[in-house]
Amino acid sequence: MDSTQKLKFYQKGTLTVGNRLVDEASRNVQASRQRSNSLTCGHRACQGCGEALGARYAIDAAMRAAGNQLIAVNATGCLEVFTTPYPETSWQMPWMHSLFGNAAAVASGVAAAMRVTGKHGTRVVAQGGDGGTTDIGFGCLSGMFERNDDVLYICYDNEGYMNTGVQRSSATPPAARTATTPAIGAQPGNVFGTGKFVPKIAVAHDIPYVATASVADLHDLEAKVTRAMSFHGARYIQINVPCPLGWGAASHDTIRLARLAIETGLFPIFEAEYGRVTHVRKIRKPKPVSEYLKLQRRYAHLFRDGVEDPRVARIQGIADRHIEEYGLLES
Amino acid sequence: MKHPFAIALDVGSSKANHTGTWRTNRPEYVDRLPPCNAACPAGEDIQGWLYQAESGDYEAAWRALTANNPLPAIMGRVCYHPCEGACNRGQLDTAVGINSVERFLGDLAIARGWQFTRPDAETGKRVLVVGAGPAGLSAAYHLRHAGHSVVLRDAGPMAGGMMRFGIPKYRLPREVIDAEVARITAMGVALELNSKVDDIEKSLTADRFDAAFLAVGAHIARRAYIPAGGAARILDAVSLLRSMEGEAPPLLGRRVAIYGGGNTAIDVARTARRLGAEEAVIVYRRTREMMPAHDFELEEALEEGVSMKWLSTIRNIDGGKLQIEKMALDDKGFPQPTGEFETLEADSLVLALGQDVDLSLLDKAPGIETENGVVKVGPNMMTGRPGIFAGGDMAPSERTVTVAVGHGKKAARHIDAWLRGTQLEPAPRHELASFDRLNTWYYEDAPATVRPMLEAARRIDSFTEVQGGLDETNALYEARRCLSCGNCFECDNCYGICPDNAVIKLGPGQRFRIDYDYCKGCGLCAAECPCGAIDMVPEEM
Amino acid sequence: MLEQIEGSKAMARVIALCRPQVICAYPITPQTHIVEGLGDLVREGALQNCEFINVESEFAALSVAIGSSAAGARSYTATASQGLLFMAEAVYNAAGLGLPIVMTLGNRAIGAPINIWNDHSDAMALRESGWFQLFAETNQEAADLHVIAFRLAEELSVPVMVCVDGFVLTHAMERVDIPTQQQVDAYLPPYEPVQVLDPADPISIGAMVGPDAFTEVRYLQYYKQQTAFDLIEDLAAEFSESFGRASGGLLRDYHCGDAELAVVAMGSVNGTIKDVIDELRAEGMSIGLVTLVTFRPFPTRALQQVLAGAKHVLVIDRSLDPGMGGPLASNVDLALRNLLSPPAIHSAIAGLGGRPITKASLHRLFMQAMEKPWEGPNFVDLNEKVVGRELHRRARARRSGPAAENVLKILETERAAAFQARIETAE
Repeated sequence: MDSTQKLKFYQKGTLTVGNRLVDEASRNVQASRQRSNSLTCGHRACQGCGEALGARYAIDAAMRAAGNQLIAVNATGCLEVFTTPYPETSWQMPWMHSLFGNAAAVASGVAAAMRVTGKHGTRVVAQGGDGGTTDIGFGCLSGMFERNDDVLYICYDNEGYMNTGVQRSSATPPAARTATTPAIGAQPGNVFGTGKFVPKIAVAHDIPYVATASVADLHDLEAKVTRAMSFHGARYIQINVPCPLGWGAASHDTIRLARLAIETGLFPIFEAEYGRVTHVRKIRKPKPVSEYLKLQRRYAHLFRDGVEDPRVARIQGIADRHIEEYGLLES
Repeated sequence: MKHPFAIALDVGSSKANHTGTWRTNRPEYVDRLPPCNAACPAGEDIQGWLYQAESGDYEAAWRALTANNPLPAIMGRVCYHPCEGACNRGQLDTAVGINSVERFLGDLAIARGWQFTRPDAETGKRVLVVGAGPAGLSAAYHLRHAGHSVVLRDAGPMAGGMMRFGIPKYRLPREVIDAEVARITAMGVALELNSKVDDIEKSLTADRFDAAFLAVGAHIARRAYIPAGGAARILDAVSLLRSMEGEAPPLLGRRVAIYGGGNTAIDVARTARRLGAEEAVIVYRRTREMMPAHDFELEEALEEGVSMKWLSTIRNIDGGKLQIEKMALDDKGFPQPTGEFETLEADSLVLALGQDVDLSLLDKAPGIETENGVVKVGPNMMTGRPGIFAGGDMAPSERTVTVAVGHGKKAARHIDAWLRGTQLEPAPRHELASFDRLNTWYYEDAPATVRPMLEAARRIDSFTEVQGGLDETNALYEARRCLSCGNCFECDNCYGICPDNAVIKLGPGQRFRIDYDYCKGCGLCAAECPCGAIDMVPEEM
Repeated sequence: MLEQIEGSKAMARVIALCRPQVICAYPITPQTHIVEGLGDLVREGALQNCEFINVESEFAALSVAIGSSAAGARSYTATASQGLLFMAEAVYNAAGLGLPIVMTLGNRAIGAPINIWNDHSDAMALRESGWFQLFAETNQEAADLHVIAFRLAEELSVPVMVCVDGFVLTHAMERVDIPTQQQVDAYLPPYEPVQVLDPADPISIGAMVGPDAFTEVRYLQYYKQQTAFDLIEDLAAEFSESFGRASGGLLRDYHCGDAELAVVAMGSVNGTIKDVIDELRAEGMSIGLVTLVTFRPFPTRALQQVLAGAKHVLVIDRSLDPGMGGPLASNVDLALRNLLSPPAIHSAIAGLGGRPITKASLHRLFMQAMEKPWEGPNFVDLNEKVVGRELHRRARARRSGPAAENVLKILETERAAAFQARIETAE
């Protein structure tokens, strides 16, 4: 009997968090009852917070990779505020917050201390939001990259300053409404600037490892954190984490939006090693950007009175450029 | 305090903050009725046994399957699988090949010699089952399983009823019937062949039965009046197919015409081709769309060289010539004569116009009503005569093996209740697990395994089984294509996806629990549950 | 061992003897030679087990030190002027987190106008950041204070800033006694942090503290500083015992016991002041000096004790709060005003942006304080002619242009005129 069918054994569990059909060791960290829950319950993040989710995903994966010998440094921002309001902390690992713009540098210091005190097995992560990473923390980030300090920096990109009340950051996409780019006037929402995609800037530093990831693809995210932890030196992962509050979306749509950000091509998922792109995650089920935009009130002005603003086409153009530049579609 | 006040904090201390108070909607785990289960006339828990099969525990899967249907190897071949028509996966790519997995399990059970367990205790009640077709076998199995003493009587020389005498071998090899029947008799069911029950009342009294289940089938071929002259050779489908079980194959000639549009007509045409007929033409009054036969059976027949005459009625037969009148559909879709005629050369004509039930055994039973040639039964499958139940083709039904098996099970459960002096309360049905509740993104693209087909050329000169089975690899693959609609399959999505770590994983087979102390009610678990097994329910304020 | 050595090099040598484990280096004049010196020592292998990190800004320099200190490594950095302000946020943060970082501040003016020379504007700008601030009088003390600073920082878990006058100390060749490694090791035990990032015993450092506890956190910082005076004195005494010379402490009293006029000053200017005082006392003037070593915490009680008998206190500030006057004067004033018979406070602003404070100027100033006391800050050696012309010009034109450039222009014109006059005289 001839079976020409390409066998995919775990159809039902291939994309879910867990899969009872594979052995424990090859399952996702998040499927395990023994996961470290580095960021535990009782934190004060909004309902459906993508950053809370992304942080636990990433840090738990890093914890596993480091055999729990991990120290985290956190920039000021939502993640810091909702996890450590005195007298409670949600972290279950050594964690430190210093300032908004210095997480990368503080982490460099921690890494230096580990080297000099002979704790070579203890690894260091720094983490922050897009504001703390792509704007105010960018100098320290670039310095950490350039020195190739042994730090994995994770940026939870929710495309704005959410902690301070949803203002624009250099990661805010065009046309998005924020408190500082209101949906008022002839060009409502954020400007169509040149954009600032820090993963590409990170790649330009030729550091050992750079990747983008999303809370919508846990397998990919954990694989990337694990891969990142296999390197020494400066590493950078930017994780797309939708913000229900800032984006004006339903709390249950967080993962759906992250998924659409991937499937539209707006958030390209790739990884690079030593300055070269080594892998691109292909789009499984291509979607038009309007499907993504319509779920978010920050883009409501693009669909007023049922009429699609011509700028939707410009946003589609951005997605199309990503698709072309990174080769996001299966050929 | 071992560290500076306020600036440094003890890890995990946020657990003191019960964020569950923020919640306005609460997630709740639910079980929904998968559409396959809902559609199965035999009442199988398909999703349930696929769940076992996909982990490779085939015996557990087979046992889960046979809890409802004792004939998986047969059903895996002849069931028209309405489950697959209802399967949500059909809206995604193609339906799960439930039928093929069922056959795989059935065949594996035969190969490995898996047996049913005997009942734990005997009830001392005696039940007569009349007819060893699918309904009778099913009823006997379930009644025996419940601990009753069961006598299964059949007029024929071998068990199987229409499965043996109506379904061609190339669709259902006889060893399969023999094996699945033997497994039922091994439970202690007394099979009495060549034992026609002529008078049910007499049989009940004579052998002190407490109840009876009648499933004699529909074995009388329906005839149509066709004026015939000369030496016309006219046969009926029932006799023809039955004679295939005898020593000498029937003589049909070089050109065979078959009159009818059901699956039996197709069985006959395909059998004729295998018996050497160069031409096998099915004459049918209506169109292909209106044909009751299943499309895939027609396709297979066409592949084997069977031809069709649509919108045609046989007006008369004279020697080797059939006079055919062309029909046309009227406004209401009924075929009407057109007055146009043509001639079809045929050495024999086989009538496949349906079958009737021989109800003579009921003549002396009081209170039994019949209607349209079948026995009227209540919702509990009991006839007008208390203690006598009926099912299968002799009761109002679709007349498929699967429906008959379902009847047998249903009747057995009601008989059991009746014998205990109780009534069977139907279990509350879960709401349907509809496609719109699924988050299909989580299912890998996986089209159905194409069941290997023997080459068409090989089919027409032998009665080798046409459809092959799955091997273990692709059966596993197929089982794993099941979406587990409406029933948690422990994918860990809710556990992983909760931003508040408010889902507690209880361990293999134990599923999950929401930790309402911390659940903020964001609804991500429900939205990202692949199979729609979580509902969001408003909190009462 | 006594060596003729540049101040920065001497400091580098002594800092190295303190065995810092992480050094963050970023160049800014005039502290550059210190970290360069340390870099050499690390490369040469004289300072082992030390991470020397070239960072991309002062903000990063202190941030890296914050991280390394919190992770249990003895951490050091140095800066000056603009650099201190660029890292200002981290300066407060290190103090708030109670991290025992030691930082050398090569005191320098703050722009605009940009100026690389010495005054105390930088140290004063961040006097309320919560750091301990120690001021060195000589290169010997500049070197010694680092040993004391590490000990003090780590005993109390506070950051300590060692303030050394830019150029005057950092770039001056002087005779300095460099202690031995054994001496320093005996005085400075290994770093034992009170809080540390450690996977074996995890904690969260740097929580957000709201109104419910913020005052208490701040009070505890205040309390720690206010109870540090004895320790600072004890450490100075112990230092003196171990190293055979006096360095550090809260303040030093120079003839204040019987003085009618007491001068208060910080840093290298004290040497010149002492020379003038010696001369004036020889002339019969009743004058003394308080050399303030510890500016933060501010040693109020010690100051009250030493100045209880003075009638006049003259405070020399090397920085200016343009809206108030001399910050040191304000502090001294506050410390003394509740004495039973408080002295009159006279404020002098001197040596801004590297202007030399000459003996002649000080002589005039001290005489004036005794004979003709003034109200408000006295700007020593202020070129009133230039100021007058600029004020006059500004009153005339709305768009009067930048003050600094105007003053330079006026001075240039004056110099040219004077040159012309000299030529004419010669002719």
